[in-house]
Amino acid sequence: MIDRTVFKERFVKWVLVAFALSSLLFLFLIFLFILSEGLPLFLKVGVKNIIFGFKWAPTKGYFGIFPMIISSFLVTIGALVIGAPMGLSCAIYLSEYSGKKMKMFLKPALELLAGIPSVVFGFLGVIYIVPLVRNYLGGSGFSLISTSLVLGVMILPTIISISFDALVSVPKTYREGSAAMGATKWQTIYKVIIPSAKSGILASFILGMGRAIGETMAVIMIAGNALKIPGSILDPLRTLTGNIALELAYATGDHRLGLFSTGVVLMVIIMILNYIANFGIKRKIAK
Amino acid sequence: MDTKISTDRLKVFFGKAQVLKEITIAVHRNTITGFMGPSGSGKSTLISVINRMIDFENNVRIEGEAAIDGTSILDGSINPIELRRRVGTVFAVPIPLPRSIFENIAYGPKLKGTTDRTSLHHIVEDSLKKAFLWDEVKDRLSTSALKLSGGQQQRLCLARTLALKPEIILLDEPCSGLDPVSTAKIEDALSELKSEYTIILVSNNTKQIARISDFSAFFYLGELIEYNTTEKVFTTPTESKTEDYIQGKFG
Repeated sequence: MIDRTVFKERFVKWVLVAFALSSLLFLFLIFLFILSEGLPLFLKVGVKNIIFGFKWAPTKGYFGIFPMIISSFLVTIGALVIGAPMGLSCAIYLSEYSGKKMKMFLKPALELLAGIPSVVFGFLGVIYIVPLVRNYLGGSGFSLISTSLVLGVMILPTIISISFDALVSVPKTYREGSAAMGATKWQTIYKVIIPSAKSGILASFILGMGRAIGETMAVIMIAGNALKIPGSILDPLRTLTGNIALELAYATGDHRLGLFSTGVVLMVIIMILNYIANFGIKRKIAK
Repeated sequence: MDTKISTDRLKVFFGKAQVLKEITIAVHRNTITGFMGPSGSGKSTLISVINRMIDFENNVRIEGEAAIDGTSILDGSINPIELRRRVGTVFAVPIPLPRSIFENIAYGPKLKGTTDRTSLHHIVEDSLKKAFLWDEVKDRLSTSALKLSGGQQQRLCLARTLALKPEIILLDEPCSGLDPVSTAKIEDALSELKSEYTIILVSNNTKQIARISDFSAFFYLGELIEYNTTEKVFTTPTESKTEDYIQGKFG
């Protein structure tokens, strides 16, 4: 009898281990697949011609994605400019000011915001933001600023929840020590709590960037997808993700490989961002 | 003797539990007064009324009166932030802020609006000297305060409190986690400081109270059992509870 329970316990453990490792396996397979499809073109056309090339005409042998890299970064930074102050303010409110009831109401609302499909964000962007920009600022409305606005809202849940965790993990003793020296609440927040939670807050920004740079559907719907580096915030642009999603359906041959190369670049950027975010969090724990 | 801090039938409730029962005490100016008693005796709660850190607790009810220099500190018109600049606190666990030694001490003065570098330097040096820490850290003021030893951190916290130029210093078991050498340094500093400040030392260490305090108060389960000069409390206590506690029969 005992042997059987022991066996059962072990069996459950190994099944769980197998599932846990399977996510690692999938990650590895995705890597392998994208690299095996994307790398050959880099060798054929040249890294420089792809990453720093300005012209994207895959059917004619031009695979330059430089404008898309720049565009991806621009929308990401735009999203951060809008989302970071809003998200951090919300996190500070939640961790330092809000009562239990407000927290119970706001936290699920944020989770809901995180759960809204990106196509809905894109839809709302097209219906409301794009005409608003067109009417009040000019241009077609399909633009860097519209995309940044929508992405800024989309990355809020990421920024808020991670910043919030960083802020509430600041020891109570810091708050008391500061208060005991005659600091007001706000003085304590910006002189002690925010500096103490700095690495976590930065990590939230970087993970928010990761989310913004990887976002596809909402971006395609709002960005206008023009193949050039935007000259102003009212110009349309095309991101790396948008490029893949827009063309994959009909791409063949080298064109298709070009899209995989775009994927390789995107993956590397996201890996770097994740690495920076993890590094920041780890450093905080080590302290 | 001149009274600095006084309470009159002070009662504190946490929810339904009464943690202070009609405390009436007068703490004298420029003395060290020791508050002793086993945990749960209410001595730390009394401290938190005096510096109004009790404001941070939920579900608290205070009755009775507490005053500094005869002026109520429980009155709604009192600004607790102003009050905490007059009443400095050193906690049991030294909690330097995650900043440099210099910044830790300059923090309070800066909050009060002192921005001039030379006066800040002056305050930092003066406070560190008074806390008997200057010689150990004068060459590394810009290093993180978190790198100091526990004993040094506690003296840093004392220096940080002194930098506020308070009238009163409350120490809540400041030596509970410290080695004898560090403890002795803190005690030396306190003995020097009493000429300028009114000091309340909360401690479980009756020997420490006997060594450095002028007056001693013994608390038990929220009541003030005995309060007198340290000499009288330790040689001829009137209450048998006090005697038992001092002799270590419970604690």
